[in-house]
Amino acid sequence: MSLLSYFFGSKQKTASVAKERLSLIIAHERGTNRAPDFLPELQRELIAVISKYVNVGPDDIKVQLEKQDNCEILEVNITLPEQPQR
Amino acid sequence: MARVIVVTSGKGGVGKTTTSASISTGLALRGYKTAVIDFDVGLRNLDLIMGCERRVVYDLINVVNGEANLHQALIKDKHCENLFILPASQTRDKDALTEEGVEKVLKELGHMGFDYVICDSPAGIERGAVMALTFADEAIVVSNPEVSSVRDSDRILGILQSKSRRAMEGREPVKEHLLVTRYSPKRVEDGEMLSYKDVQELLRVPLIGVIPESDDVLQASNQGTPAIHLKDSDVATAYQDVIARFLDEDRPLRFVTYEKPGLLKRLFGGK
Repeated sequence: MSLLSYFFGSKQKTASVAKERLSLIIAHERGTNRAPDFLPELQRELIAVISKYVNVGPDDIKVQLEKQDNCEILEVNITLPEQPQR
Repeated sequence: MARVIVVTSGKGGVGKTTTSASISTGLALRGYKTAVIDFDVGLRNLDLIMGCERRVVYDLINVVNGEANLHQALIKDKHCENLFILPASQTRDKDALTEEGVEKVLKELGHMGFDYVICDSPAGIERGAVMALTFADEAIVVSNPEVSSVRDSDRILGILQSKSRRAMEGREPVKEHLLVTRYSPKRVEDGEMLSYKDVQELLRVPLIGVIPESDDVLQASNQGTPAIHLKDSDVATAYQDVIARFLDEDRPLRFVTYEKPGLLKRLFGGK
Protein backbone atom coordinates (compact mmCIF):
# COMPACT_ATOMS: atom_id res chain seq x y z
CA MET A 1 0.00 0.00 0.00
CA SER A 2 2.66 2.47 1.01
CA LEU A 3 4.69 1.39 -1.98
CA LEU A 4 1.73 2.06 -4.25
CA SER A 5 1.06 5.47 -2.78
CA TYR A 6 4.77 6.19 -3.09
CA PHE A 7 4.61 5.66 -6.82
CA PHE A 8 1.22 7.13 -7.52
CA GLY A 9 1.43 10.05 -5.12
CA SER A 10 -0.42 9.92 -1.83
CA LYS A 11 -3.35 12.04 -0.77
CA GLN A 12 -2.61 15.40 0.79
CA LYS A 13 -1.91 15.05 4.51
CA THR A 14 -4.78 16.22 6.70
CA ALA A 15 -2.56 18.46 8.85
CA SER A 16 -1.68 20.62 5.85
CA VAL A 17 -5.34 20.79 4.88
CA ALA A 18 -6.06 21.99 8.44
CA LYS A 19 -3.39 24.64 8.21
CA GLU A 20 -4.63 25.91 4.89
CA ARG A 21 -8.24 26.13 6.08
CA LEU A 22 -7.22 27.83 9.31
CA SER A 23 -5.03 30.45 7.69
CA LEU A 24 -7.92 31.44 5.42
CA ILE A 25 -10.60 31.57 8.10
CA ILE A 26 -8.39 33.31 10.65
CA ALA A 27 -7.37 35.99 8.18
CA HIS A 28 -11.01 36.50 7.30
CA GLU A 29 -12.19 36.65 10.91
CA ARG A 30 -9.42 38.99 11.92
CA GLY A 31 -10.66 41.28 9.20
CA THR A 32 -14.27 41.25 10.34
CA ASN A 33 -13.96 40.89 14.11
CA ARG A 34 -11.17 43.32 14.67
CA ALA A 35 -12.15 45.90 12.10
CA PRO A 36 -12.01 49.45 13.41
CA ASP A 37 -15.33 51.17 14.03
CA PHE A 38 -14.99 53.67 11.22
CA LEU A 39 -15.18 51.11 8.41
CA PRO A 40 -18.99 50.97 8.00
CA GLU A 41 -19.17 54.77 8.16
CA LEU A 42 -16.39 55.06 5.59
CA GLN A 43 -18.21 52.62 3.35
CA ARG A 44 -21.46 54.62 3.58
CA GLU A 45 -19.76 57.90 2.76
CA LEU A 46 -17.82 56.41 -0.13
CA ILE A 47 -21.04 55.10 -1.60
CA ALA A 48 -22.63 58.53 -1.24
CA VAL A 49 -19.73 60.28 -2.99
CA ILE A 50 -19.22 57.79 -5.78
CA SER A 51 -22.90 57.43 -6.56
CA LYS A 52 -22.91 61.15 -7.35
CA TYR A 53 -20.82 60.42 -10.40
CA VAL A 54 -21.41 56.79 -11.24
CA ASN A 55 -24.47 54.70 -10.74
CA VAL A 56 -23.35 52.25 -8.06
CA GLY A 57 -25.31 50.47 -5.35
CA PRO A 58 -24.31 49.77 -1.74
CA ASP A 59 -23.21 46.25 -2.66
CA ASP A 60 -20.80 47.44 -5.34
CA ILE A 61 -18.34 48.88 -2.85
CA LYS A 62 -16.35 46.63 -0.54
CA VAL A 63 -14.11 48.10 2.13
CA GLN A 64 -11.72 45.76 3.89
CA LEU A 65 -8.85 46.17 6.26
CA GLU A 66 -6.21 43.49 6.13
CA LYS A 67 -3.25 42.97 8.36
CA GLN A 68 -0.01 41.56 7.03
CA ASP A 69 2.69 41.27 9.65
CA ASN A 70 3.36 44.87 10.56
CA CYS A 71 1.40 46.77 7.97
CA GLU A 72 -2.30 47.23 7.46
CA ILE A 73 -3.81 47.35 4.02
CA LEU A 74 -7.03 49.23 3.43
CA GLU A 75 -8.62 47.71 0.41
CA VAL A 76 -11.47 49.51 -1.36
CA ASN A 77 -13.06 47.59 -4.14
CA ILE A 78 -15.56 49.37 -6.39
CA THR A 79 -17.41 47.47 -9.06
CA LEU A 80 -18.54 49.85 -11.78
CA PRO A 81 -21.67 49.02 -13.72
CA GLU A 82 -21.10 47.71 -17.21
CA GLN A 83 -21.11 50.36 -19.92
CA PRO A 84 -24.01 49.95 -22.27
CA GLN A 85 -22.77 48.88 -25.72
CA ARG A 86 -22.86 51.68 -28.25
CA MET B 1 0.26 44.85 43.02
CA ALA B 2 0.33 41.17 42.20
CA ARG B 3 1.07 40.19 38.61
CA VAL B 4 -2.15 38.87 37.08
CA ILE B 5 -1.94 36.00 34.59
CA VAL B 6 -5.00 34.71 32.77
CA VAL B 7 -5.09 31.16 31.45
CA THR B 8 -7.55 31.22 28.59
CA SER B 9 -8.43 29.47 25.32
CA GLY B 10 -11.93 30.12 24.06
CA LYS B 11 -12.59 26.45 23.47
CA GLY B 12 -13.37 24.08 26.33
CA GLY B 13 -11.51 20.92 27.23
CA VAL B 14 -8.13 22.00 25.92
CA GLY B 15 -6.39 22.01 29.31
CA LYS B 16 -6.97 25.42 30.89
CA THR B 17 -7.63 24.14 34.38
CA THR B 18 -4.85 21.55 34.18
CA THR B 19 -2.54 24.35 33.08
CA SER B 20 -3.75 26.80 35.75
CA ALA B 21 -3.16 24.17 38.43
CA SER B 22 0.33 23.33 37.21
CA ILE B 23 1.43 26.91 36.51
CA SER B 24 0.28 28.15 39.91
CA THR B 25 1.91 25.18 41.63
CA GLY B 26 5.10 25.68 39.65
CA LEU B 27 5.35 29.36 40.59
CA ALA B 28 4.64 28.55 44.24
CA LEU B 29 7.33 25.86 44.21
CA ARG B 30 9.75 28.52 42.98
CA GLY B 31 8.98 30.51 46.11
CA TYR B 32 6.43 33.01 44.79
CA LYS B 33 3.32 33.62 46.84
CA THR B 34 0.62 32.61 44.38
CA ALA B 35 -3.17 32.57 44.29
CA VAL B 36 -5.21 30.74 41.68
CA ILE B 37 -8.80 31.85 41.07
CA ASP B 38 -11.49 29.77 39.38
CA PHE B 39 -13.58 32.12 37.20
CA ASP B 40 -15.93 29.41 36.01
CA VAL B 41 -18.91 30.64 37.97
CA GLY B 42 -21.57 27.97 37.95
CA LEU B 43 -19.24 25.10 37.14
CA ARG B 44 -16.58 24.64 39.75
CA ASN B 45 -13.63 22.51 38.61
CA LEU B 46 -10.33 23.86 39.80
CA ASP B 47 -10.90 22.67 43.39
CA LEU B 48 -11.15 19.07 42.15
CA ILE B 49 -8.00 19.34 40.06
CA MET B 50 -6.17 20.88 43.03
CA GLY B 51 -7.61 18.27 45.38
CA CYS B 52 -9.20 20.70 47.83
CA GLU B 53 -12.88 20.17 46.99
CA ARG B 54 -13.80 19.09 50.50
CA ARG B 55 -12.34 22.19 52.07
CA VAL B 56 -14.40 24.71 50.11
CA VAL B 57 -16.45 26.92 52.42
CA TYR B 58 -16.61 30.30 50.72
CA ASP B 59 -16.01 31.21 47.10
CA LEU B 60 -15.15 34.08 44.75
CA ILE B 61 -18.72 35.41 44.63
CA ASN B 62 -18.98 35.39 48.44
CA VAL B 63 -15.89 37.60 48.54
CA VAL B 64 -17.15 39.86 45.75
CA ASN B 65 -20.46 40.30 47.61
CA GLY B 66 -18.74 40.91 50.94
CA GLU B 67 -20.24 37.80 52.54
CA ALA B 68 -16.78 36.52 53.40
CA ASN B 69 -13.34 38.04 53.43
CA LEU B 70 -10.41 36.75 51.43
CA HIS B 71 -8.72 35.20 54.47
CA GLN B 72 -11.80 33.05 54.99
CA ALA B 73 -12.25 32.11 51.35
CA LEU B 74 -8.68 31.32 50.31
CA ILE B 75 -7.83 27.63 50.65
CA LYS B 76 -4.25 26.78 51.43
CA ASP B 77 -2.83 24.16 49.08
CA LYS B 78 -1.94 20.83 50.67
CA HIS B 79 1.37 20.46 48.82
CA CYS B 80 2.76 23.98 48.61
CA GLU B 81 3.42 26.43 51.39
CA ASN B 82 2.67 29.62 49.45
CA LEU B 83 -0.15 28.54 47.17
CA PHE B 84 -3.79 29.46 47.74
CA ILE B 85 -6.95 28.58 45.86
CA LEU B 86 -10.05 30.74 45.47
CA PRO B 87 -12.84 28.49 44.19
CA ALA B 88 -15.72 29.43 41.91
CA SER B 89 -19.28 29.63 43.06
CA GLN B 90 -21.52 26.74 41.98
CA THR B 91 -24.90 28.21 42.57
CA ARG B 92 -25.07 31.87 41.62
CA ASP B 93 -25.64 33.17 38.14
CA LYS B 94 -22.82 34.55 36.02
CA ASP B 95 -23.95 38.15 36.42
CA ALA B 96 -22.85 37.99 40.04
CA LEU B 97 -19.32 38.57 38.82
CA THR B 98 -18.77 42.31 38.45
CA GLU B 99 -15.76 44.18 37.18
CA GLU B 100 -15.56 46.24 40.36
CA GLY B 101 -15.80 43.09 42.46
CA VAL B 102 -12.99 41.34 40.61
CA GLU B 103 -10.83 44.45 40.76
CA LYS B 104 -11.37 44.68 44.51
CA VAL B 105 -10.36 41.04 45.02
CA LEU B 106 -7.21 41.42 42.89
CA LYS B 107 -6.19 44.61 44.70
CA GLU B 108 -6.66 42.97 48.06
CA LEU B 109 -4.55 39.97 47.00
CA GLY B 110 -1.85 42.47 46.08
CA HIS B 111 -2.06 44.03 49.56
CA MET B 112 -1.78 40.56 51.08
CA GLY B 113 1.62 40.22 49.46
CA PHE B 114 0.80 37.87 46.62
CA ASP B 115 3.35 37.88 43.79
CA TYR B 116 1.16 36.16 41.21
CA VAL B 117 -2.55 35.69 40.68
CA ILE B 118 -3.53 33.05 38.13
CA CYS B 119 -7.02 33.48 36.67
CA ASP B 120 -8.45 30.20 35.37
CA SER B 121 -10.85 31.32 32.66
CA PRO B 122 -14.03 29.46 31.75
CA ALA B 123 -14.52 28.35 28.16
CA GLY B 124 -16.36 30.60 25.75
CA ILE B 125 -16.25 34.34 25.23
CA GLU B 126 -19.02 35.26 27.65
CA ARG B 127 -18.90 37.32 30.80
CA GLY B 128 -16.84 34.90 32.91
CA ALA B 129 -14.13 34.63 30.28
CA VAL B 130 -14.04 38.40 29.78
CA MET B 131 -13.88 39.01 33.55
CA ALA B 132 -10.97 36.57 33.86
CA LEU B 133 -8.91 38.47 31.28
CA THR B 134 -9.97 42.04 32.05
CA PHE B 135 -7.21 42.75 34.58
CA ALA B 136 -4.54 40.50 33.09
CA ASP B 137 -0.92 41.59 32.78
CA GLU B 138 -0.01 38.41 30.96
CA ALA B 139 -2.03 35.76 29.16
CA ILE B 140 -1.32 32.11 28.59
CA VAL B 141 -3.41 31.07 25.61
CA VAL B 142 -3.87 27.30 25.66
CA SER B 143 -4.43 25.70 22.29
CA ASN B 144 -4.66 22.13 21.01
CA PRO B 145 -3.20 21.43 17.58
CA GLU B 146 -6.70 21.15 16.18
CA VAL B 147 -8.73 23.46 13.93
CA SER B 148 -11.54 24.60 16.23
CA SER B 149 -9.19 25.17 19.15
CA VAL B 150 -6.81 27.32 17.08
CA ARG B 151 -9.65 29.36 15.66
CA ASP B 152 -11.12 29.96 19.13
CA SER B 153 -7.70 30.93 20.46
CA ASP B 154 -7.51 33.57 17.78
CA ARG B 155 -10.89 34.93 18.84
CA ILE B 156 -9.82 35.13 22.47
CA LEU B 157 -6.61 36.91 21.42
CA GLY B 158 -8.78 39.49 19.69
CA ILE B 159 -10.78 39.97 22.88
CA LEU B 160 -7.59 40.30 24.93
CA GLN B 161 -6.40 42.99 22.55
CA SER B 162 -9.65 44.93 22.75
CA LYS B 163 -11.37 44.34 26.09
CA SER B 164 -8.57 44.00 28.64
CA ARG B 165 -7.95 47.02 30.87
CA ARG B 166 -4.49 47.39 29.41
CA ALA B 167 -5.99 47.65 25.92
CA MET B 168 -8.84 49.93 26.97
CA GLU B 169 -6.52 52.32 28.77
CA GLY B 170 -3.94 52.24 25.99
CA ARG B 171 -1.23 50.93 28.27
CA GLU B 172 1.45 48.42 27.33
CA PRO B 173 -0.51 45.48 25.90
CA VAL B 174 -1.09 42.20 27.73
CA LYS B 175 1.96 39.99 27.30
CA GLU B 176 0.76 36.94 25.37
CA HIS B 177 2.14 33.42 25.55
CA LEU B 178 1.07 30.43 23.49
CA LEU B 179 0.93 27.02 25.15
CA VAL B 180 0.25 24.09 22.85
CA THR B 181 -1.18 21.15 24.79
CA ARG B 182 -2.14 17.54 24.01
CA TYR B 183 0.67 17.40 21.49
CA SER B 184 1.47 14.16 19.77
CA PRO B 185 4.83 14.26 17.95
CA LYS B 186 4.08 10.99 16.19
CA ARG B 187 0.85 12.25 14.68
CA VAL B 188 2.61 15.46 13.66
CA GLU B 189 5.29 13.43 11.94
CA ASP B 190 2.63 11.37 10.18
CA GLY B 191 1.02 14.55 8.91
CA GLU B 192 -2.14 13.99 10.93
CA MET B 193 -1.72 16.86 13.36
CA LEU B 194 -0.78 20.52 13.11
CA SER B 195 2.75 21.09 14.35
CA TYR B 196 3.43 23.58 17.13
CA LYS B 197 5.15 25.70 14.50
CA ASP B 198 1.98 25.73 12.41
CA VAL B 199 -0.10 26.81 15.41
CA GLN B 200 2.38 29.51 16.30
CA GLU B 201 2.53 30.75 12.72
CA LEU B 202 -1.26 30.95 12.58
CA LEU B 203 -1.71 32.71 15.92
CA ARG B 204 1.49 34.81 15.84
CA VAL B 205 2.06 34.61 19.58
CA PRO B 206 5.40 33.69 21.21
CA LEU B 207 5.48 30.04 22.26
CA ILE B 208 6.01 29.33 25.96
CA GLY B 209 5.85 25.56 25.73
CA VAL B 210 4.46 22.35 24.33
CA ILE B 211 2.76 19.84 26.63
CA PRO B 212 2.67 16.31 25.22
CA GLU B 213 -0.54 14.28 25.09
CA SER B 214 -0.33 11.88 28.00
CA ASP B 215 -2.36 9.49 30.11
CA ASP B 216 -0.68 11.05 33.13
CA VAL B 217 -3.00 14.08 33.02
CA LEU B 218 -6.02 11.90 33.78
CA GLN B 219 -4.08 10.08 36.49
CA ALA B 220 -3.23 13.42 38.07
CA SER B 221 -6.79 14.73 37.98
CA ASN B 222 -8.10 11.43 39.37
CA GLN B 223 -6.00 12.02 42.46
CA GLY B 224 -6.49 15.76 42.71
CA THR B 225 -2.78 16.42 42.27
CA PRO B 226 -1.62 19.06 39.78
CA ALA B 227 0.18 17.31 36.91
CA ILE B 228 3.41 19.20 37.59
CA HIS B 229 3.86 17.14 40.79
CA LEU B 230 3.95 13.78 38.97
CA LYS B 231 7.18 11.85 39.18
CA ASP B 232 8.92 10.72 35.99
CA SER B 233 6.27 12.27 33.80
CA ASP B 234 6.90 14.14 30.55
CA VAL B 235 3.92 16.36 31.31
CA ALA B 236 5.38 17.41 34.66
CA THR B 237 8.76 18.13 33.08
CA ALA B 238 7.13 20.08 30.26
CA TYR B 239 5.23 22.25 32.77
CA GLN B 240 8.41 22.84 34.76
CA ASP B 241 10.02 24.04 31.54
CA VAL B 242 7.07 26.40 31.00
CA ILE B 243 7.63 27.89 34.45
CA ALA B 244 11.34 28.33 33.71
CA ARG B 245 10.61 30.11 30.42
CA PHE B 246 7.98 32.23 32.12
CA LEU B 247 10.69 33.36 34.55
CA ASP B 248 12.93 34.20 31.57
CA GLU B 249 15.18 31.18 31.88
CA ASP B 250 16.41 29.59 28.69
CA ARG B 251 14.97 26.11 28.10
CA PRO B 252 14.98 24.28 24.77
CA LEU B 253 11.73 22.61 23.74
CA ARG B 254 11.34 18.95 24.70
CA PHE B 255 8.92 16.20 23.71
CA VAL B 256 8.30 17.67 20.27
CA THR B 257 10.07 15.08 18.13
CA TYR B 258 9.03 11.52 17.65
CA GLU B 259 11.57 8.82 18.38
CA LYS B 260 10.91 5.57 16.62
CA PRO B 261 10.74 2.70 19.10
CA GLY B 262 13.78 0.44 18.96
CA LEU B 263 13.68 -3.10 17.60
CA LEU B 264 13.49 -4.70 21.06
CA LYS B 265 10.66 -2.46 22.09
CA ARG B 266 8.76 -3.25 18.92
CA LEU B 267 9.26 -6.99 19.40
CA PHE B 268 8.40 -7.16 23.06
CA GLY B 269 6.05 -4.22 23.36
CA GLY B 270 6.00 -2.30 26.59
CA LYS B 271 5.63 1.37 27.23
